[in-house]
Amino acid sequence: MPATTRAGNEPARPVEVLGLGKRFGELTALDGVSLTLERGECLGLLGPNGAGKTTLIRCIVGRVVPDAGGVTILGEPAGSPAARMALGWIPQDLALYPRLSCRENLEAFGRYHGLRGAGLRTAVDRCLEWAALAERARDRVGGLSGGMKRRLNMAAGIIHSPRVILMDEPTVGVDPQSRNRIFEMIEALSAQGISVLYTTHYMEEAERLCDRIAIVDHGRVIALGTRDQLVHGAFGARSEVRVHLEDGDGPAAEWARGRGGRPEGGAVRFEVERAADIGELLEAAARAGHEVVDVSLHRPNLESVFLHLTGRELRE
Amino acid sequence: MILDVARTAATTLRRDRGALLLSFVLPVAFFTIFAVIFGGRGDTTPRIPVIVVDQDRSAASEGLVEGLRGESLEVRTRPGRGRPPPGADYTAEAAEAAVRAGEVPVAIVIPRGFGDRLARPGAAGTGAALQLLRDPGDPVGPQVVAGLLQKVAMTSLPDFMIERGSALLEEQVGGFTPEQRGRLEEGIRALRERRSQGSAGRGEGGAMLLSVATRDVVGTGKRHPMISFYAAAIGVMFLLFTASATGGSLLDEVESGTLDRVLGSRVTLGALLGGKLLFCTALAFLQLSVMFLWAWAVFGLDLLPHLGGFAVMGLSTSFAVGAFGMLIASVCRTRAQLGALSTLVILVMSSIGGSMFPRFLMPELMQKAGLLTLNAWAIDGFTKVFWRDAPVVALWPQVLVLLGAGAALLAVARRLAGRWERS
Repeated sequence: MPATTRAGNEPARPVEVLGLGKRFGELTALDGVSLTLERGECLGLLGPNGAGKTTLIRCIVGRVVPDAGGVTILGEPAGSPAARMALGWIPQDLALYPRLSCRENLEAFGRYHGLRGAGLRTAVDRCLEWAALAERARDRVGGLSGGMKRRLNMAAGIIHSPRVILMDEPTVGVDPQSRNRIFEMIEALSAQGISVLYTTHYMEEAERLCDRIAIVDHGRVIALGTRDQLVHGAFGARSEVRVHLEDGDGPAAEWARGRGGRPEGGAVRFEVERAADIGELLEAAARAGHEVVDVSLHRPNLESVFLHLTGRELRE
Repeated sequence: MILDVARTAATTLRRDRGALLLSFVLPVAFFTIFAVIFGGRGDTTPRIPVIVVDQDRSAASEGLVEGLRGESLEVRTRPGRGRPPPGADYTAEAAEAAVRAGEVPVAIVIPRGFGDRLARPGAAGTGAALQLLRDPGDPVGPQVVAGLLQKVAMTSLPDFMIERGSALLEEQVGGFTPEQRGRLEEGIRALRERRSQGSAGRGEGGAMLLSVATRDVVGTGKRHPMISFYAAAIGVMFLLFTASATGGSLLDEVESGTLDRVLGSRVTLGALLGGKLLFCTALAFLQLSVMFLWAWAVFGLDLLPHLGGFAVMGLSTSFAVGAFGMLIASVCRTRAQLGALSTLVILVMSSIGGSMFPRFLMPELMQKAGLLTLNAWAIDGFTKVFWRDAPVVALWPQVLVLLGAGAALLAVARRLAGRWERS
């Protein structure tokens, strides 16, 4: 029987974070973060390194005690035995025993979650299959490729069939082929109705995998919604035009600023409502004596949203 | 270029506290320990404890006992070390039992008729006048006592020795004239007076030695008396290294994030430490077993009759060193720190705890300091089992200390490891 909220019979949400605050000395890691993860949803936490994503995940797991606010997992307080059993945590580090084989690692973590006997064997086989490591089951972790280690790291996090899975940048340092394989693994979990909280600083991952995205910066959630909601909220119907000018770093930059553009690395970014605005822009440049080298039209994406909201690149 | 490489190496060393500790602190610490043990003996040399059983109660025997008291010996005539010691005097049997139990390395029994035989050697013969009951496990103490016994005989009992010599001479070459006898007796009287005034002819003496019968009361029939000592001494030292390496796996798991993941499961920190301790204890016991089996197979250690005592001491020692491993790992933050600190602590513990050289060689203060180490208690326990053939129940002091120390170390380790629980 699913857990319910205190208010009534409404099923408890997989994860509820309310007003979470955490400081490490002078550093504010989390500054009043609130968000919810719905059933069967994949919620992305998108933000640059140091934004507070990992601290938020560790608070949800119960490994970090917040200074303010609280977290519940399916109605249970974070860190409680029930919450720990409901959660699967895939940490950013390769948290494995390097001298054990793939199977032995999964067996160890399965036992730590209370699995025994046939249940354990079934779970290990399922996870090896899911991670496409069945043929490498007897190989020691130390001998696996980076991508295989990542997949095993993920498999160890779901060995106990959790209903909620937290993934902390599971594709760090992985080649594109292995990354695709990992995406497929996550999509398979989502297809089973498992709730996933996914942190990344790769926009493409968030756009591909996540139903909703929370943009995190300086320990705060600065925007939350679907990809389209975020883009529309930041840009409306506007698109981005990048114009490369002959003297883009010189007088042309001043001219661009005067027309609302943002000079950047020799090019200038403009936002336009309609396609016809592009022609007007180019004519104005010509009238001002600036030679246009190249023009491109970009539909805004999450990267643009982040830049729009913070004035910084996502990967700075 | 060469200087640049050297500069980089120097900067790296300066930033590596563990390497600095091993480079500068460890050698100085070791030098200090060895210097204190072997260089500064002087006044700090321990007074060798010796039990003296005076069955004769003659002037000669009492003079001998008093003479021994004046030497660098701790003469015990009654059980108990208090002053005045309570209870009755030691009997010969009690003295032998005390040597066997390791309370003292040697006992002297002055038998009845000692004084008479000393005065009239011809009458009773010079047979085994004195008995020296010794523990050959201590190769130093009994030798020193035997030497001092002869010295005291010469310096504290010159009157008896001359009397004995003159009687022997008279027997061999005929009687003295009245005048000679008078001068002889006057001389002997003068020596007695000087002895009673406490200034008995130091540095004087003759060539006549007391007859002493030396008997080993411990380890008789053992093929290699020091094998069990070194099996325990070396074994415990390496157990400590193993325990610290095993404890270090905790730090590996912290660094890799595995500990986080484990503590995110059903496993609590207490269970984690318990599991590590169980493994460490079992591994240490296995190591000890291998070492003692090797000693049995190759060096003839009488392991089989002592299996019970070995199991009790082995498990107690293994538990204590396991807890030590947990503690030293929880004190450190990185593997590098652990490597440096454990090397320093283990080598110091092993040197003052008797793993490198027997504690009876050390100054008294250092012998007492050695009791703060696990090595000393473990070695004492194993010595009781294999050397003194002590029954298992007699191991209670060592077992109690090792288990108690292990529990205390574990409690501190659990407290320090609390920082891994949550941040």
